[in-house]
Amino acid sequence: MAIKAKHQRLVLLGVAMVVLIGAAILAIWALRNQASYFYVPREIVASPPEASRAVRLGGMVEQGSIRTLPDGVSIAFVVEDKEARVPVTFRGIVPSLFVEGSGVVAEGHMGSDGTFVADNLLAKHDENYVPREMKDMTGEELQQAMAEGK
Amino acid sequence: MHGFANPARFLRIARWLMPLCLGAGIVIALAALGWGLFFAPAERLQGETVRIVYLHVPAAWLGMAGWSGIAIASFTELVWRHPLAGIAARACAVPGAVFTVVCLVTGSLWGRPAWGTWWVWDGRLTSMLVLLFLYFGWMALSQASEASDGAGTRAPAIFGLVGAVNIPIIHYSVIWWNSQHQPPSITTGGSAMSGAFLWPLLIAMTGFTLIFAGVVLARMRAILAHQQAEARLRRKALAQAG
Repeated sequence: MAIKAKHQRLVLLGVAMVVLIGAAILAIWALRNQASYFYVPREIVASPPEASRAVRLGGMVEQGSIRTLPDGVSIAFVVEDKEARVPVTFRGIVPSLFVEGSGVVAEGHMGSDGTFVADNLLAKHDENYVPREMKDMTGEELQQAMAEGK
Repeated sequence: MHGFANPARFLRIARWLMPLCLGAGIVIALAALGWGLFFAPAERLQGETVRIVYLHVPAAWLGMAGWSGIAIASFTELVWRHPLAGIAARACAVPGAVFTVVCLVTGSLWGRPAWGTWWVWDGRLTSMLVLLFLYFGWMALSQASEASDGAGTRAPAIFGLVGAVNIPIIHYSVIWWNSQHQPPSITTGGSAMSGAFLWPLLIAMTGFTLIFAGVVLARMRAILAHQQAEARLRRKALAQAG
């Protein structure tokens, strides 16, 4: 008799867990776009947000794209992903991890000329942790060194 | 598992296992922190600030492991009515919450130099903050259920299982959604973290996990002792009344 009650609870709880996980998956599915912290360049190019709307743009800073504008305190650069690129201007002090080829999240709005005007820049670092001594290695050398477990 | 159902047998094991876990954990964690803070290299882009990883990642892991412990204990409590399950869940709550706070604080301190902000409301940071609030809620509910004298550990156990939904959300938040926080460096497929960072980090995680286990065992012993003392007082009061 005791074993039966135990099994009954196990089945009941199992069903409850399945329902709970199902509800969680539905909620996450509904949130899949809203919960993203920023838009990637592809999304911005495909459907540009209105100029009045504050949005975030996240992607990689294109190699060789950072330049200082004539006023001396503004910079212009390009945020890219694999499919699209968005020009960005920003006036202010950049975070120390803001470098070409690295990730960035820009807060601001779209200008009328298709340039993203950023009010705030956040640097994004990726999942790779590389010692300083290896900073001059090329990508392939790095991967080899990592594979060897250094 | 029911071999440990007898609290006396559990206490006999916990008596030597607890100081062993605590002692070894403190030694290993201190050694790993020393390695990480003074001997591990600076990171290519982040420089010296990367060293906070040796505290941040173990704290994040244990914050999530604490709730996983509550969830497993809750399941055991609800299905098998194991006498130690509710006690184990209560013992996990406070250390889990403390490590969650450490994770949030060190993450914030790290975010300022690395990202340029103390806090952002992205998926990872928000779900981790939700975990802290879940801990607060669980502790309040657990205390209230205890005060209602034996009405049970059932409500906190159900809460513990429902709250476990947040654990995979924390883990996958950086994979499902664009986020300020980077994706995991250590996965089953390997490590995107150079061995110079990875080894002290893994050892720090081992050390802090042992400390966590030691604290949970200590708290379980304390809760059991408290229950025994209460039962003894009750018997005494009954004997006097009779």
